[in-house]
Amino acid sequence: MPSRKLVIGAAQTKPCSLLGIEGLEPDEILDYLKLARQMEPVLVRGSNLLKGKRVVLLFYEASTRTRVSFELAAKALGATTTVVTATASSIEKGESLIDTGSTLHALGGDVIVMRHPSSGAHWTLQRALNLPLINAGDGMHEHPSQALLDAFTMLRHKRALRGLRVTLIGDVYHSRVARSNIFLLSKMGAQITLCGPPELVPEAAATLVPAPAGSPAPVRVTRSLRQGLEDADVVMLLRIQKERFIGRRLSFEQYVADYQMNSERLRYAKPDAIVMHPGPMIRGVEITSEIADSPRAVILEQVHNGIVVRMGILARALGKA
Amino acid sequence: MPGKTKKTQLATDLGNGSLLIRGGRIIDPAQNLDAEADILLRDGLVAEVGRVDSAADNTLDARGLVVTPGFIDLHTHLREPGQWQKETIASGTAAAAAGGFTAVCAMPNTAPINDLPAITRWMQEAERGALVHVFPVGAATVGSKGEQLTDYYALVKAGAVAFSDDGRPLAEDRIMREALRAAAAAGVPVMQHAEDMNLTQGGVMTEGPTAFRLGLHGMPVRAESGMVERDLDLAREIGAHLHVCHVSTGAALDAVRLGRQTGVRVTCEVTPHHFTLADEDVIPYDTRFKMNPPLRSAADREAMLRGLEDGTVDAIATDHAPHAPHEKSVEFDRAPFGITGLETALALAITRLHGARGIPLARLVALLSTNPARILGRSDRGTLAPGARADVTIFDPAKRWRYAAALGASRAQNTPFDGWRLTGQVRATLVAGKIVYNNL
Repeated sequence: MPSRKLVIGAAQTKPCSLLGIEGLEPDEILDYLKLARQMEPVLVRGSNLLKGKRVVLLFYEASTRTRVSFELAAKALGATTTVVTATASSIEKGESLIDTGSTLHALGGDVIVMRHPSSGAHWTLQRALNLPLINAGDGMHEHPSQALLDAFTMLRHKRALRGLRVTLIGDVYHSRVARSNIFLLSKMGAQITLCGPPELVPEAAATLVPAPAGSPAPVRVTRSLRQGLEDADVVMLLRIQKERFIGRRLSFEQYVADYQMNSERLRYAKPDAIVMHPGPMIRGVEITSEIADSPRAVILEQVHNGIVVRMGILARALGKA
Repeated sequence: MPGKTKKTQLATDLGNGSLLIRGGRIIDPAQNLDAEADILLRDGLVAEVGRVDSAADNTLDARGLVVTPGFIDLHTHLREPGQWQKETIASGTAAAAAGGFTAVCAMPNTAPINDLPAITRWMQEAERGALVHVFPVGAATVGSKGEQLTDYYALVKAGAVAFSDDGRPLAEDRIMREALRAAAAAGVPVMQHAEDMNLTQGGVMTEGPTAFRLGLHGMPVRAESGMVERDLDLAREIGAHLHVCHVSTGAALDAVRLGRQTGVRVTCEVTPHHFTLADEDVIPYDTRFKMNPPLRSAADREAMLRGLEDGTVDAIATDHAPHAPHEKSVEFDRAPFGITGLETALALAITRLHGARGIPLARLVALLSTNPARILGRSDRGTLAPGARADVTIFDPAKRWRYAAALGASRAQNTPFDGWRLTGQVRATLVAGKIVYNNL
């Protein structure tokens, strides 16, 4: 898709799904970011852009911010929303994913926003369903709207993504936020450092993005927090779940001792480095309250930006931008 | 696929009458034979090989085709009893016939598990409608629970040719030791699906960059190789015959090679998908690429090819694992493991091993027929020597064709090879001297 001026409501695009960042071209990523910017005044004054459209929020997994964010985004554009959760529907009775999706289509859903605990569930559903599908998180795989809102937030504080040094700290292995961010940032020319113990940041993580011939690898892995933070423009912390440590050689307490972000350690990063977290954040584990509540942290701003980013995603999915 | 299966009823007793197969290239590694010759089948046995002048009731023109002893698949899931939505003995053996197999070893993970002589016998009854010989593999432990051995003597008497808890490895040393001892006493091998399940829990494809990229839990190489090493130690200690199922990693194959050099009685098999595909070929979240052991790295696939070339690998086995469409049309991590394979095994072997690697056809026949017969201790099979069973496979090694799973004989279509262009096609399959598949 060539870069061009985007006109909201011009209906110049075909409805399209957003399954993951990996399959997007840099121009398409830029389009989503531009759209989000254009949505900011729309959010303030309200809009009927998606009036009459039915947005189905199909959540197989618990979610607060993503679900509410998509819901508010849809409503800000005049769409109606329906929330379907795994515990209060036919899903509980053993209906297959494809049958649930087809049923929601038959009921008149115009777009499905889905979160699912299985990596790739959206690909399974999309192969069987001719309906725009938005990935609100699939297992450990991708969380594209989160990566887009993270990039949007970074651009609010930094001049460009190209050349930006972004350090991700924590459980990269289990993180769909990490994968989507790595795909997005590498496509946009950022330098990514992954930091954590081998159990959470396997060496394979560095192979996620192949190095272009003759240039340095866009992703590097380090075990040392100090090295990882050196010259960082953006420090992104990932959630640490205590239950992931059960049965592993790695101890939870050791992780907190080695990798928790506090003000002393943040000094290793650039003086103007921002601190991000996709949430839910566990204070006292991956981050101290001191950092979480400091002006360096842009965590609530990320949440706020999520709405305009998702307005753009919904408008595009429905062919209205 | 051109030509559908011709459903000829398999005579359970040795058939009467005679059939002359004229002018084919007969490849029979057991006799060290690779020559143009005629072959006369009479009363269900091979009567004469060479220049045959005797008259026969029927004649079959095999000029331009290769004539070999019937293929024997050491690893098939026929899904009966109990899982007819996936496959039946009738449909599975029809697929076998279409793939050139005249006998299949039927794994015991059916419903119920084949752990009783009554079940073993039931599988071989004429009412099942089998088109080729069914060799039941008995469960190594009751219910394949890994706790208590089944009655090996009674199961062998009922027709079991080996013991396995396929899909559920014999993990405990004590049980594996007992199984090897009992199988050795009964004169049959233990077929082990080697997987340390402590290391593979939650895993759905091989551990590595592709699994990481797709956000899928990985199964490490050492889960296979570690178990093979343990099994080799126990087989050495007991002097039993260990057969390692579907070897997929270079590390496990190295262990087999070393074990054999140091005197362990060990044989092993490799599947066509493990010598054809690697994890990087997996179409994202396409469950037709999900099987266990999973597709491994390109380096492991290369190790399989080298093992097939140098003789470390004894047999090509399909691990034909049919599933119903609704079972596979689900999220990747929820889908059952397994793909079909009977109808593509020969063509993949010819395309990938003979065509691409120059492995002689005689070696392929050894991998598909001669060696499997030896592993099962059946000297009357896997050869076309006079007096042997008249189980014969006839194929065209140069025929190019396009495989369409929907036109196959199996009830299932869960294969990554659907639509592939392949070289080498089965033209006829004969069991006990009778044509059970005819694509001439």
